[in-house]
Amino acid sequence: MSVSAYFASLSLLKLAKAVPGGIAQGLIWGLMALGVFITFRLLDAADLTVDGSFTLGGAVTVMLIIGGCPAWLAVLCAVGAGILAGLVTGLLHVKLGIPVILAGILTQFSLYSINLHVMGMAANKALSVDKYNLLLSSRAIPSAIVTSLIIAVALVSIFYWYFGTEQGSAIRCTGANPAMASALGINIGVMKIIALSLSNGIVALSGALMSQYQGFADINMGRGAIVIGLAAVIIGEALGHALLGKRLNFWGTMAFTVIGGVVYYLVVVIVLWLRLNSNDLKLITAIIVALFLALPYLREQKRSSFQKLRAKEGQPHA
Amino acid sequence: MLKLENISKTFNQGTVNEKKALRGVSLHLAPGDYVTVIGSNGAGKSTMLNAVAGVWPVDEGRIILDGEDVTAKPEHKRATNIGRVFQDPMMGTAANMWVEENLDLAMLRGERRGLRWAVTKQDREFFREQLKTLGLGLEDRMTTKVGMLSGGQRQALTLLMASMKKPKLLLLDEHTAALDPATAAKVLEITDRIVDEHKLTTLMITHNMKDAIRHGNRLIMMNQGQIILDISGEEKKSLTKQDLMDMFAKTAGTTLDSDEALLTK
Repeated sequence: MSVSAYFASLSLLKLAKAVPGGIAQGLIWGLMALGVFITFRLLDAADLTVDGSFTLGGAVTVMLIIGGCPAWLAVLCAVGAGILAGLVTGLLHVKLGIPVILAGILTQFSLYSINLHVMGMAANKALSVDKYNLLLSSRAIPSAIVTSLIIAVALVSIFYWYFGTEQGSAIRCTGANPAMASALGINIGVMKIIALSLSNGIVALSGALMSQYQGFADINMGRGAIVIGLAAVIIGEALGHALLGKRLNFWGTMAFTVIGGVVYYLVVVIVLWLRLNSNDLKLITAIIVALFLALPYLREQKRSSFQKLRAKEGQPHA
Repeated sequence: MLKLENISKTFNQGTVNEKKALRGVSLHLAPGDYVTVIGSNGAGKSTMLNAVAGVWPVDEGRIILDGEDVTAKPEHKRATNIGRVFQDPMMGTAANMWVEENLDLAMLRGERRGLRWAVTKQDREFFREQLKTLGLGLEDRMTTKVGMLSGGQRQALTLLMASMKKPKLLLLDEHTAALDPATAAKVLEITDRIVDEHKLTTLMITHNMKDAIRHGNRLIMMNQGQIILDISGEEKKSLTKQDLMDMFAKTAGTTLDSDEALLTK
């Protein structure tokens, strides 16, 4: 196929049709990113539990709804399951001294088996919107967008309040300066456990919504969630700083994290629309995230580095 | 106020790096004692302060704070009664949080941290008054991130944070060592004022013999994990640098050439 034929085959109408769905899924991933934001930015810890707790949220929701439980209650139970997953990571880290990254990997790894058990040893469980009353579905995209938007605004507002309270401040202090936190009488172990639990509860909530939206839970639905979450966090930060600069407050930072999820997913929509191989998506995402994560370091290197000095030495002295 | 009974601490026990950091240190501080601590590198000054603060458990001995045996209490529990300022200005404050948020975290030292909104209007008024006493203009920068402040400003802020909620004991671990001489003098001046105002029982490590002589009502010198000198009252007031070096030579058995040996670090 020639280049012109390729471009001619791309239909803008098709793209326009795909955008609303992209926004809905982006909002759901954005909620997940909010959970990642808590650990990655506030606690200053990379928690890899999320890949497992996202799936856990989906699995618990689907099984409970199939079992006759109302959707809202199933979602609450999913959040509870996510909190438990975070608790396990927290205990592994704080009480058994396992580095937080490894603790997260261990929990995530074990969740693969647990999620299979939850789903009755099936790798995939369908949840038909025709049979059950769901909170949202890809069949009704506008209402799915509204529902996830309401949840996002509510969560951002709740977190804005919570991290402004005495306990929330103590969590932020633990992330910012653990030595100081201890010296001020903060039990940093407990704070880490609370933050990890909270974060994974939100991630499971996101998984719970996603499973209803897509109409199934899959054992692999959370694979790479941490990377998508990180992508949303850093895209959101970059956007927020570009648009609001110094006026970006804490509420805005979190709101932009959710928006980061939407932007990420719209990029996915475009990639699919361009008929690039969707199997390459994870590679592309990883490259983008790596670039953004490297940016602060590269900027510093540009300012002052040994390499720069070497380059200078090579030049003839004036 | 503080009683150390024969405390010992060995790091890396049983390895080639074994270090007997404290060898049976006993010390008794009366309420309101303002003690300066000097000693060369590795003498055990910081180790003693960390033992009191509960950064790790001691191997032997007892630590009694205001009549309560705190030996088995972890750091965050002891913090209720202990205010601390560290050598590194970065260590005592949270750089990416506001000045008022830092102050609020310190206000709640030793209290339950619940779900009340952290910084209220009354808090803000109170913080403003407190910051004014530092005379650094920080009262107009309460929503500045602490990371934007200079080292001296951060140390002054940390001092305020350590003393605002009156502690039973104030631990200053070379808190002026990372500052330039003029700033260090200013921070020491603030220190004297705060200690005097609240009548705080204080342990202050310094690397500067002159400061050690000039400040406080009592001076102790440490060497190889032990307290080798303890001078107070009139004797301390008339003390000179030369006296200190002579006394060090006599007790430690080695000569101390000058300030330099104590200055290093």
